[in-house]
Amino acid sequence: MSLDKNQVQHIATLARLRLAEGESAETVEKLSRIVDFVDQLSQAATDDVVPMAHPFNETQRLRADEVTETDDRDHFQENAPAVSDGLYLVPKVIE
Amino acid sequence: MSGQWEVVIGLEIHAQLATKSKIFSAASTAYGAEPNTQACLVDLGYPGVLPVLNAEVVRMAAKFGLAVNATVAPRSVFARKNYFYPDLPKGYQISQYELPIVEHGELFIADADGNEKRIGITRAHLEEDAGKSIHEGLDGYSGIDLNRAGTPLLEIVSEPDLSSAREAVAYMRKIHSIVRYLGISDGNMQEGSFRCDANVSVRPVGQDELGTRAEIKNLNSFRYVEKAINFEVERQIELIEDGGQVQQETRLYDSDKDETRSMRSKEEANDYRYFPDPDLLPVEIDAAYIEAVRATLPELPDAKQQRFIDDYGIREDDAAILTTSLLLADYFEAVAGATEGKAQGVANFIIGDLSSALNRDGLDIEQSPVSAKDLALMLDRIKDNTISGKIAKEVFEAMWAGEGTADEIIEARGLKQITDSSAIEAIVDNVIEANPGQVAEYKAGKDKLIGFFVGQVMKETGGKANPGQVNAILKDKLS
Amino acid sequence: MSQDLHLQTLTQLAVGLGNGTFSSVDITEALLDRIESHNGALNAFITVTAEQALADAQRADAARASGNAGPLNGLPIVHKDIFCTRDVLTTCASRMLENFVSPYDATVVRRMAEAGAVMLGKSNMDEFAMGSSNETSYFGPVMNPWNLECSPGGSSGGSAAAVAARLTPAATGTDTGGSIRQPAALTGTVGLKPTYGRVSRYGMIAFASSLDQAGVITRSTTDAAMLLGVMAGFDERDSTSINQPVPDYVAGLDKSLKGLRVGIVRQHFDAGLDENCGVAVKEALALLEAQGAILTEVDLPNLELSVPTYYVVAPAECSSNLSRFDGVRFGHRAKDAEDLFDLYCRSRGEGFGAEVKRRIMTGTYVLSAGYYDAYYLKAQQVRQLIADDFRKAFADVDVIAGSTAPTPAFKLGAKTDDPITMYLSDIYTIGANLAGLPGISVPCGLVDGLPVGLHLVGAHFGEETLLNCAHQYEQATDWNDACPEGYQ
Repeated sequence: MSLDKNQVQHIATLARLRLAEGESAETVEKLSRIVDFVDQLSQAATDDVVPMAHPFNETQRLRADEVTETDDRDHFQENAPAVSDGLYLVPKVIE
Repeated sequence: MSGQWEVVIGLEIHAQLATKSKIFSAASTAYGAEPNTQACLVDLGYPGVLPVLNAEVVRMAAKFGLAVNATVAPRSVFARKNYFYPDLPKGYQISQYELPIVEHGELFIADADGNEKRIGITRAHLEEDAGKSIHEGLDGYSGIDLNRAGTPLLEIVSEPDLSSAREAVAYMRKIHSIVRYLGISDGNMQEGSFRCDANVSVRPVGQDELGTRAEIKNLNSFRYVEKAINFEVERQIELIEDGGQVQQETRLYDSDKDETRSMRSKEEANDYRYFPDPDLLPVEIDAAYIEAVRATLPELPDAKQQRFIDDYGIREDDAAILTTSLLLADYFEAVAGATEGKAQGVANFIIGDLSSALNRDGLDIEQSPVSAKDLALMLDRIKDNTISGKIAKEVFEAMWAGEGTADEIIEARGLKQITDSSAIEAIVDNVIEANPGQVAEYKAGKDKLIGFFVGQVMKETGGKANPGQVNAILKDKLS
Repeated sequence: MSQDLHLQTLTQLAVGLGNGTFSSVDITEALLDRIESHNGALNAFITVTAEQALADAQRADAARASGNAGPLNGLPIVHKDIFCTRDVLTTCASRMLENFVSPYDATVVRRMAEAGAVMLGKSNMDEFAMGSSNETSYFGPVMNPWNLECSPGGSSGGSAAAVAARLTPAATGTDTGGSIRQPAALTGTVGLKPTYGRVSRYGMIAFASSLDQAGVITRSTTDAAMLLGVMAGFDERDSTSINQPVPDYVAGLDKSLKGLRVGIVRQHFDAGLDENCGVAVKEALALLEAQGAILTEVDLPNLELSVPTYYVVAPAECSSNLSRFDGVRFGHRAKDAEDLFDLYCRSRGEGFGAEVKRRIMTGTYVLSAGYYDAYYLKAQQVRQLIADDFRKAFADVDVIAGSTAPTPAFKLGAKTDDPITMYLSDIYTIGANLAGLPGISVPCGLVDGLPVGLHLVGAHFGEETLLNCAHQYEQATDWNDACPEGYQ
């Protein structure tokens, strides 16, 4: 297998995903198959090929510096799991 | 100890750009609003929303690039910097990585010996600011305010060309005055609009490779930059001399304890997984755009300083001080242009009495209760001998307190200088008569006593006698 | 009369509305009834917005009466649940967004509503559009009306099943690697994926930003053309939307195919394509030729790498796009988190299903330090090679034709054990996404009672040519009228 349990755990941590007990072995197995599958890209000859990030060679359009958004906090916070006095709450962050 | 160690510092300065709306959304950037009332769907990273770039940030970045003699990239690309933090709504920060908008700039500061020293500016790139976390008073929680999220930042990265805390501060001050001259940032450090991270390392003198560096995060005053770097340099030297090794890490400066400490977190080392942001296209700037921006560049601090020296004949260090802020420089020029007095005198008064009054009352130059025109008038009264330099201080304080113009105050308080020779002679005669012992000593060769006699005359006249005349008459009568 | 409203296309319904034969309320009530009777078996909808739909239909009828009928006035539409709909549940078929009520409308949704369309509900899909069988939905799989044991394809499986089952004449979809065209092929419907940038992505919950494109699933090419005309166009809220005029797509449908150059990929009919599908597609090509098209072989030498390329690029973008789902401002939040790290890991671990997590992890891996060049950068280079192949091919041909999918609809559960087998379901469609090209699938036959789709890919902004070709084919056949048993 191209990936081992520790690598998968490292990736899961980077991605902030907790894998349930049963999920772990299956994830190692399936991710390894995916990685093996995409490994065939290494065969392609790509010297001097410009990487393609967008389907078009368009350039970024610029927006005028104007304020058009208005406050709609209460509406937006209806979806928030925990708020207090307009602040989104998370478990205390220690710096 | 310091003789054996060389200090290497690079700064990453974050300047908030003074736009009305955010870098990728049309929400306001105004400071101090109620939490999350200036966080629109784009700033909140809502599902489905997309960024659109603010034209003004591109113009401002180009302006900065030209001001520091840098290359403004014809093509720059936004990338995502991926990490999780509650003040970072999307789980990534939109920044620039491989192709920043500004590269290869420079500026000049004075080194410890007063020689000009070139500091390279590696790059300056555009990015979005994060929100703020509030840790107090929320009972086991932190509160997240995303009003600041999406505020445009220009991150200005220096080469590791700085060799002391003093140089680092001089460089930072220079950048600070440039961005304010350009009008691209308000530079307000209390509000966090201008802050920096310092990369600090030490190495034995003569060693080529750099020592391991520590990054001190989020320094938001010139004083903290200086103190934090000085602390860090000493910490690293002591550590190495005691046989230890510097860790590459991020540290925080604690201003209460005046120390830096490691920001340990249980997370593993960051892996930001930068990649080009597929929601934004490359920014392209052509030569015509750059020339149009160049045409809007104001006179910059270095050029203005030189002009002050050449045109006004003031001292170099005074010219440097007067040109740190555009408004201060403008004030100086307004006074110097309106008064009959010498420009150096104007500089002295502004750097001395005016600056200390501003400092005392916590005011900026544009808030000065004494206008340039009124100050010029007062300096004219010194020049035409209506008042002495000493009396001028009293007049100035009264002007500061709002008692009127220099002429009104001189009149109302009867501060007009006594220039009538016969009146001064009479007082001098009285003083000589009243102090026979000192007269004898003076005549026996104790020349310094002239100061004593001048002081006595001034005391008698309430400081209003013309000091030059008093001196001349005294010397004449005592000889 | 009202009994067969569900069998009519949008174009036919528009005529009836215009004539006053029936009202939008009539249509809406008839279709809501059908959804009520059939959705239990199909699971094509996550949300049915009956009340709002009836109110909107009344408004549409009133607008028509006062002479203010927009181009889609009173016509029904179903939106894939990936499009944000203001004040309506928008789940993306994920537990993560199980209770998410969008505070805003996607541009596609807004444009259709402004044109007078009446939304009937939100269709089921693969979770975050990641899947080719609709089995990754948190709300359960969608069943194919042609055979309830089969998958309708994915990720826009709910939209395709609803259109095929005559629960709605049209539904929106999104296509990142074939998610409109493959389910259209598997359900005997028309599926159009426009050129990247033709339709705004604003409000469409992002899977892979450089590949995602909104489109439609309908029962006729005319309907697809009509809807595209409303959806397409520049949007100042989407930096990747292209500012190009929107032609009258319906007006361009009737041109003859005489001289149209149709490219056939050299290796297309080799191993991998179901034999019977191949026969159906070859018959379709012969018909195009009979209509005056010139068939020529084209070479797309790098196309065989399109699936692995896609499975690097799409997961990379998705891993970053889905980071915003962290349990802080919206979405699922784990209970009793010990600390911030725990909150993140458990909210995301619980909120996302297995396939979504696999793709996030694949994407995290290919972008991580030490692997970026070997995977992500390499894939971007191969993507360029594939796009170059298409650029060269379109110098010689106007459209490229083939089968939309390698097989007809497959049994539910048949491919869930092996991600690679599932990924290969999109082998013929992914190339168009990588190159940003428009593509369409139109029904071209039945194999063992299951539909097969003819796939046409056009050059950038070649939607008119594509729709014209598909329409001429459609006019000469009646595959698009084929209706699954029990849904007439």
